[in-house]
Amino acid sequence: MRVTAYVLTVLAKLLSGASVRWVDCQPDPCQRVYFANHTSHLDALVLWSSLPKEVRAVTRPVAARDYWEKNAIRRHIAKTFHALLIDRDNIKVHQSPVEAMLREMGNAYSLIVFPEGGRNVGEDLGEFKSGIYYLAKKRPDLEFVPVYMDNLNRILPRGEFLPVPLLSCITIGAPIWLETGEPKTEFLRRAREAVRRLKDR
Amino acid sequence: MMPIVGYPPLLALSLQTKWLLGVVLGALAVLYAVGQVMRRQPEGTVHPAMIRRFNERIRMWWLMLAILASGMILGQIACLVLFFGVSFWALREFITMTPTRRSDHRTLFWVFFVFTPLQYVLVGCGQEYYDLYSIMIPVFASLFIPARIAVSNDPKRFLERSAKIQAGLLICVYAISFAPAILTLDFADWDGANEDLLLFFVVLVQVNDILQYGWGKLLGRHLIAPSINASRTWEGLVGGLVSSTLLGILFYWITPFRIWEAGLIAMVTGLMGFAGGITMSAIKRDRGVMDYGTLVQGHAGLLDRIDSLCFAAPVFYQLSRLCQGVAQAPGT
Repeated sequence: MRVTAYVLTVLAKLLSGASVRWVDCQPDPCQRVYFANHTSHLDALVLWSSLPKEVRAVTRPVAARDYWEKNAIRRHIAKTFHALLIDRDNIKVHQSPVEAMLREMGNAYSLIVFPEGGRNVGEDLGEFKSGIYYLAKKRPDLEFVPVYMDNLNRILPRGEFLPVPLLSCITIGAPIWLETGEPKTEFLRRAREAVRRLKDR
Repeated sequence: MMPIVGYPPLLALSLQTKWLLGVVLGALAVLYAVGQVMRRQPEGTVHPAMIRRFNERIRMWWLMLAILASGMILGQIACLVLFFGVSFWALREFITMTPTRRSDHRTLFWVFFVFTPLQYVLVGCGQEYYDLYSIMIPVFASLFIPARIAVSNDPKRFLERSAKIQAGLLICVYAISFAPAILTLDFADWDGANEDLLLFFVVLVQVNDILQYGWGKLLGRHLIAPSINASRTWEGLVGGLVSSTLLGILFYWITPFRIWEAGLIAMVTGLMGFAGGITMSAIKRDRGVMDYGTLVQGHAGLLDRIDSLCFAAPVFYQLSRLCQGVAQAPGT
């Protein structure tokens, strides 16, 4: 497992040539939810790899169960970086994704989420799903950290399986919190704006 | 032909090569010390941006020297592998900066993982493959790229996309590969080492850069193309070329060339270095970036430093090859 993790992080760093910029935010192993734009299969792996080691140890990417349990290799990779697998198909009242995330993160782990839902094909950021709002409502103490991942869609676009090693840039911005009494649409708009603003930083 | 196996290991480097390496190393150490002293000066004495640029350049020279020296010590294959790395990284920066479309993905895969390694393998196979590696990218790859893009069924900005990828491959891979190819030349009537010639070439290009910049700062009045580059002047260009020519003549004994040949080659190399610099400036202005380095922050822009080398390498190689041919002709 250790070996896979090591190989994967080195591979992800080489492939993505990612430069990581912490803007108004410092790496910290406190409980956080990193939310990022989603354009490539590599997103979760690259973001996870670009965190410092001690932060990486307590950070779990949230991913789709149907995709990551398809075969043994994917299962192994998902296990390696402690992926938190979420059922997309059969959502029940007490097994909603938000419940599962809250249960799994406990009071130790941080999460990586992609609130656009699926991978985005368009140029602009897609609308955010409401999951992070409910997460914030249940755990107002969590820091919500916006992340913008640039150029990864060119390294491994949707529908391709061979990556081209261009350079990418990951910008991690200042955390936001849910204000008291803030409505859902307002929080989601603010979160989306926070990611988009990093694009020009 | 110079066979790859049996290439002289470290101890077999000629005494002159060791001396030259030592002199370059010493000069760089002095420059490094100067840079560090300047960095510690109180503010206001020298422009801080200039000191930063100076130190960045020195850092890149350390890298270049490390590549050249390890290539020379470990042998020709190591040198090729290192230059392959340089090409690969430069191409990465180039393509990152020029936007391509999603449908170019598979073409880019060919460019990175087939044409780039293939070029270096062919160069490594030596002079017998010259006929192939001198046309592989400009002919075959350049025909392949638009065809492959067409197959991907996306007509939008077709010519522009083809041209971008072709230019990247030509500048970053084809042109640079002629620098290590200098090692495969075979000069009759010359008992010097090709490593010396490679070192001569790289140092000449870098010094010429500095000379053009220096003369431009000293005497520069007339900008060549102000909207492309705000620091290149006619005075700098001419001053740089004249001093490069003199340097070539002064150090002709390192090379297999005659005195006048060395001077002429140094001048043409300087001119090509200028061409490379201004062409890359134009590409950067077109894309609206200052340096390839700042494009993706945190990376030192390799392409910023080797732009002159890219353009000069194929021409220097061709001229050397010409001299090699002259030397082999009977009666000379």
